Amino acid sequence: MANPEVPPPAALYEARKGVYPKKVDGPFRRFKWAIMAVTLAIYYATPWIRWDRGPHAPDQAVLVDLANRRFYMFQIEIWPHEFYYVAGLLIMAGIGLFLVTSAVGRAWCGYACPQTVWTDLFQHVDRLIDGDRNAQIRLANGPWTVEKIAKRVLKYAIYLIVAFWTGGAWIMYFADAPTLTQDFWTGQAAPVAYVTVAVLTATTFVLGGFLREQVCIYMCPWPRIQTAMMDEKSLLVTYKDWRGEPRGSVKKAEKKPGGFGDCVDCNQCVAVCPTGIDIREGPQIGCITCALCIDACDSVMAQVGRPRGLIDYCTLDDAAIEKAGGVAPPIRKTLLRPRTLVYFGIWGAIGLAMLFTLGQRTRLDLAVQHERSPLYIQLSDGSIRNNYTLKLRNMELRPRDVEIRVSGLRGAQLWTPAGSRETARQSLRLSLAPDSVTPVKLFVAAPATGPERQDFTIAVRGLDDDPRGDNDIIQFDRPETGL
Amino acid sequence: MADTNDLLKSAGGKRIDEATGTSTVGHEWDGIEELDTPMPRWWLWSLYATIVWGIAYVILYPAWPMVHGATEGVLGWSSRGQLEQEMQADAKRRAPVMNAIAATAITDLPAKPELMQAAVQGGGAAFRVHCVQCHGAGGAGVRKLYPSLTDDDWLWGGDLATIEYTITHGIRNPDHKATRTSQMPAFGRDGILEPAQIADVVSFVRTISHQEKPGASSARGAAIFEANCSVCHGPAGQGGRQVGAPKLTDAIWLYGGDGASLTATITQPRNGVMPRWGARLDPVTIKMLAAYVYSLGGGEKTPVPAPEGQKVDGQP
Repeated sequence: MANPEVPPPAALYEARKGVYPKKVDGPFRRFKWAIMAVTLAIYYATPWIRWDRGPHAPDQAVLVDLANRRFYMFQIEIWPHEFYYVAGLLIMAGIGLFLVTSAVGRAWCGYACPQTVWTDLFQHVDRLIDGDRNAQIRLANGPWTVEKIAKRVLKYAIYLIVAFWTGGAWIMYFADAPTLTQDFWTGQAAPVAYVTVAVLTATTFVLGGFLREQVCIYMCPWPRIQTAMMDEKSLLVTYKDWRGEPRGSVKKAEKKPGGFGDCVDCNQCVAVCPTGIDIREGPQIGCITCALCIDACDSVMAQVGRPRGLIDYCTLDDAAIEKAGGVAPPIRKTLLRPRTLVYFGIWGAIGLAMLFTLGQRTRLDLAVQHERSPLYIQLSDGSIRNNYTLKLRNMELRPRDVEIRVSGLRGAQLWTPAGSRETARQSLRLSLAPDSVTPVKLFVAAPATGPERQDFTIAVRGLDDDPRGDNDIIQFDRPETGL
Repeated sequence: MADTNDLLKSAGGKRIDEATGTSTVGHEWDGIEELDTPMPRWWLWSLYATIVWGIAYVILYPAWPMVHGATEGVLGWSSRGQLEQEMQADAKRRAPVMNAIAATAITDLPAKPELMQAAVQGGGAAFRVHCVQCHGAGGAGVRKLYPSLTDDDWLWGGDLATIEYTITHGIRNPDHKATRTSQMPAFGRDGILEPAQIADVVSFVRTISHQEKPGASSARGAAIFEANCSVCHGPAGQGGRQVGAPKLTDAIWLYGGDGASLTATITQPRNGVMPRWGARLDPVTIKMLAAYVYSLGGGEKTPVPAPEGQKVDGQP
C-alpha cells in the first residue's frame, strides 16, 4: 500500500450523485408527454367513471370489491372462483412484456413504468421551482440561504401533494369513489384506507422525489430479467461510435478536417439523461431507453448541420452492419420476426380464448359437497338418506327461480330443512337472491337396495328465460353389506 | 492500467475492471470475478433504520426470554390479551343475535329463518365442543353405544321443545327431579324371564320389525311381550316416548336388531344416560343446540298441544 501507484481501496458506501436532467424538446419528449398524460389520466380518472348495473350492484365502472369478493370492470363481473381470468390477464401482461422487450427493448422502463412516469413528473416540479439543470446544480451546491430553504419547502410540499393524490387515487379502486372521498375527509373511512394512503404517499414521496434512478439501478429486478430477454435484434438506444468518434468540437474539426467524427462533445446527451449516465459508454444497466438523449443530440446535429441519428434506436445486428459501412434494413423488418410473432400469437390467443370463455360462461353455478359425517343415515322405514351441501351461485344481477333435480338415483326423494320428507319429490324449486351464493342443505333419501357406492347427478337450471344451468356428479352411500 | 493491475494482483488478486472502472474483490472462480461495487449510502441508512426499529420493538413488545416468562414490553401487549380482546369484541358483535334468540321461544324459531339459521350455526359450534364425544361428529352417533341424532327416530321426541327439554334436564340423572327417566327391568339377569322365554320375545320383536317370518316361537313371544313389555313399548311395539321406550317396528336399532344383540339387551338393558346440560350451559346455548340437533334431518314439527293429563311430570 506504500506504492503511490496503487489507488486507495474503494469506499464501502457511495453517496448518490445528484441527477439534474436538462429540459429538452423533440419527438420522443413529446411522445413521453403524451404517455404520461394518458397513463396518469387513466390512473386518476378511472374510479370516477360510472356504469349502471341496475339496483343489485355498484355503479362504479372499475371496482375491486374486496369485502364482497367481486371484481367489476365495465360490463364484466368476476367472482372469486373465476379468478383464472385475472390469472389470464397477468399471463397476458407477462407475455406482453416479453413481446415488447424482444421487439423494442426496455420501452416499458423508458415510457410506461410508474417509477419512470412519476420520476418524470417530479423532475418537472424540480424545474418549475428550482429552474433548469444549471440553476438546480447551483442551488444544490449553494449554502442554505432563506431562498434555498423557501424553495425546498415549496418543492417538497408539491411533492407531498402529488404523492398524497397518488395514494388517494389508489384506494378509490376499492370502494365507491364519491362515498369514500366523503368518508375520507370526514374521518369516517376504514382505518385501512388511511393506512394505505399514508403508505403510498410515503413511498411515492421517497421513491419519486428522492430515490428515482436508484430504484432502477439497485432495487428493480426487471432490468436484470430484461437483459436476458433481449437479443441482437432488440432495439437499444445506441451511440453510433463508429460515426461519432473521435469526438471534437466544431472548431477543432474546422482546424483539422477529416480528423474528427460527428460527435461535437457538447455533453447534451449526458445533461438530459434522467438517470445520469453517459450513453456514449455503450449499453448499460442505468439506461432505461427513454430516448431523451436522441432528442438532445438530434437538435444539436441540426444546429451544426449534420444528419440526425448519431444517437438513435438501433439493434446490435444493425450496428454491426452500419459499422461495416452497410445500410441497416428498415426497423419494420426487425420488429416482425419469428420471435415477436410467436409472442404476439400466444398473447393474442390467450386474449381471444378469455374473451370466448367470457362470452360462454353461465351465470348459474352449482357446487355440491357430500356430507361425510355421517356418510349415510339409516331411516326408520328402512331407506337410506345422504346429506349434501349445495352452493348455488346466482351471478346475475337479478333474482332467479331455479329447479334442483336429481337423476341416476332410483327412487330418490329430495327435500331441504325448510320442507319435510312427506313433501319430498324428485325435484324442488328455490328462489335465489341476485348476485349471491346460497348455501342449501339437501337431504336425499333412496331405497336401501342398491350398490354401496353410487354416482348420481344433481342439476340446477333456471326456470325463467334462461334455462341453462350447471350439474355436479356426486356419490350416494349405503351401509356396507354384511355389517 | 496494466501496470496497476499487475501490482494489485500481486497484492491480493484485486484488479481494476476495465469496463466499469471498479475494483474486483480479488477472488476468481473459473474466470468469473466479482466486482467490489460500493453500496449506495441510502442502503446503509435503511440498515440503521432496521436497527432502530429493532431496538424500539424490544422496548415496546415482549422480547427477551427470561427464566420465567419474558420481558413484558412497555406497551403491555400479549397475544393472550389480544385474543381476549378479540373474543370480547366478537361477543359484543354477536350480542344482538344472542339476545334475539334468548327472547324468542324455541317453538317460534322456525318462523324466523335468519334467527333459526344463526341458532343452528351457534348450536353447531357448541355441539362440536360438548356433544361430539358421544354423539359423534355431525350427530352420527356411535353404533351400539350412543344414538344417532340425524335419523327420523327419537327415543324421547324430536320436536324443538322436546329436544331442548332433553338437553336441559338430561337422561337418568339420579339427583335431578326433572330429568327424563325410566328403567327397563333386567329380565334375564334378575330371572324375571327364563332364557327360552327371552328367545321367544326376541323372535316376536324380530317378527314385528319384519326381520323374521312369524312362527311358533314368535307366537309364544307375543303373549310374553303383551305381559311384560307392552306397558312401555306399546301393544304393537310402536314405542313410548314418555318413558323413552324405543319403537321396535322400524329399521333403527340403537343396540342392534339381530338376535344376539336383542337377547343381550333384554337380559341386561343399558338404560343409557346423558348429563343434564342445564347445569353446565346457559339457556341460549342449549336453545341453539336444540335448533342444531333439530336441523340434522330428523326434526319433527311441534305437535298440536295435547289435552290435559297426557303429560307426564310436566315434560313435553
